[in-house]
Amino acid sequence: MTFFLQLIVSGFSLGMVYALIAIGFVIILKCSKAFNIAQGHFVMIGGYLGFTFLVTFHLPVWASLLAAIAVAIVMGLLIERLTLRPLIGQPVLAVIMMTIALATVFEGLATLIWGGEYKAYHGVLPTITLRIGEISVPPEMLIGIMVSVVTVAILMLLFRYTKSGLAMRATAEDEQVVQSAGIRVTTVYALSWVIACVVGVISGIILGGVSGVMVGMSQVGLKAFAVVLLGGVNSIGGAIIAGITLGMLENIAAGYLDPLLPAGGGLANIFPFIVIIIVLVFRPHGLFGLVEIERI
Amino acid sequence: MLQVNNIEVTYMNIIQVLRGVSLEVGDGKIVALLGANGAGKTSTLKAISGLLKTEEGEVTGGSINFDGKRIDRFSAADIAAMGISQVMEGRRVLGHLSVEENLLVFAHNRKDRKEVKNDMEMVFEYFPKVKALRRQMSGYLSGGEQQMLVIGRALMASPKLMLLDEPSLGLAPLLVQEIYEIIQRINAEQKKAILLVEQNAVAALGIADYGYVMENGRVVLSGPAGMLRDNEDIREFYMGLSAVGSQKSYREVKHYRRRKRWLA
Ligand SMILES: Nc1ncnc2c1ncn2[C@@H]1O[C@H](COP(=O)(O)OP(=O)(O)O)[C@@H](O)[C@H]1O
Ligand SMILES: [Mg+2]
Repeated sequence: MTFFLQLIVSGFSLGMVYALIAIGFVIILKCSKAFNIAQGHFVMIGGYLGFTFLVTFHLPVWASLLAAIAVAIVMGLLIERLTLRPLIGQPVLAVIMMTIALATVFEGLATLIWGGEYKAYHGVLPTITLRIGEISVPPEMLIGIMVSVVTVAILMLLFRYTKSGLAMRATAEDEQVVQSAGIRVTTVYALSWVIACVVGVISGIILGGVSGVMVGMSQVGLKAFAVVLLGGVNSIGGAIIAGITLGMLENIAAGYLDPLLPAGGGLANIFPFIVIIIVLVFRPHGLFGLVEIERI
Repeated sequence: MLQVNNIEVTYMNIIQVLRGVSLEVGDGKIVALLGANGAGKTSTLKAISGLLKTEEGEVTGGSINFDGKRIDRFSAADIAAMGISQVMEGRRVLGHLSVEENLLVFAHNRKDRKEVKNDMEMVFEYFPKVKALRRQMSGYLSGGEQQMLVIGRALMASPKLMLLDEPSLGLAPLLVQEIYEIIQRINAEQKKAILLVEQNAVAALGIADYGYVMENGRVVLSGPAGMLRDNEDIREFYMGLSAVGSQKSYREVKHYRRRKRWLA
């Protein structure tokens, strides 16, 4: 039982990270109708930023987070202004190609700035541990859960109750109508890219605390694809539920089945992709996607 | 208040659809813009509201002035912010948003929350049916309710001029009458000038002060509404005797759709 609960907790912390990354995907899908191939690379940059602020600059966790978020905001604004705004009105394929280019550029940047090496920083995190009965939650996981839950909560409030959130949801529905309401869609796009970068970078810091940072970390973006498919490509709420579900299932599956496998492990790495295949075969619209409203 | 001076409109740099359209809307007036399908009514409205630029269209000649400013180079968002609110053809509700949220989207640029609230109450007074549905997802409203919602939300932008594109399209005659009465009240009580595009000439000329008739991208006839109502050509035109003309434009529409599918 303790083992199971332990898996649930670590699964939840992983799932929240998946949810954050998936929110990034969904936001860009909603405004640009394109899969942002570089979403996983925002995560990787986030991991390295975590290393820089926590280890190189010796900043406390909260200050490192704020600093990384500030970098992410600038990153999002620059990306939108310089690379995506010129593509407004172009086919979706052009946007996807641009995000592939961005992904490659970020990989190059990471190699240039951080040497592309493996870095870890769980050692510098404050040593707070939470014990609930038999289970213990290590600091990197505890901080990760707190940060991700707060971030998701803030985003939900933003979408639901603020003018900007309403403008974003409206833009996802009908850009022309939104413009006729006097809203500049470029502002909405910029905000979308900023949020995609911020959630990516925050996920990166959390993941980096748990398992270290390297350039190949951007792979996690592909894993979060599974979450997006599972949650329905246009649903933020779906992304959150699917993220948590997938994180837990992956951990439980790996926890119980890995010892039975001939190589003694590795299930966690392929689990999300198995889910992608199953979902695509049986529920191509995902589990929680918005239904098309048909009226005649 | 609004002067459209001899404008030409071209889509994708090659398809010219307006060939010198001029019209004028005075303060607080209702002006009808009539014409068959494909005459260029919607393109005229989009040229005014700037929405043309969002679909690869361009004003390639002439000028548009609003409150003494030349606006034909401005973006749709800027023009909306200046006080022109277009209600697009086909009841474009934001389907997954609630009725109330649809209204609030159009109040995006307004700072005074109290005034916005008052205006929402004002919209609900004109459209009690919409009020009853305020928390519903707007995509599930009936056609008539959606038409009321899109007119109501245009009011939320606190415009000086409203551009209504075929508000009667696809609605039962009784509903059309109800909506037209409300449009007339909005004009009289809220002092909003209205440029009303219609194929339904009887309904439009019933409430308009002045009217223009378009054909093939040109204004072919204009005058006070009363005069147009009695005009032989108008009667003939709207009794379907120009069937040849409308058939041709229908083919053009189909051609354009096919083209668009290939180009998209
Ligand atoms: N986005 C567009 N691209 C190309 N041609 C268009 C576009 N919109 C309208 N047209 C063409 O312009 C002409 C006028 O259309 P429109 O302004 O919609 O007329 P109306 O509203 O009077 O029916 C039609 O022939 C139509 O095919
Ligand atoms: Mg039209």
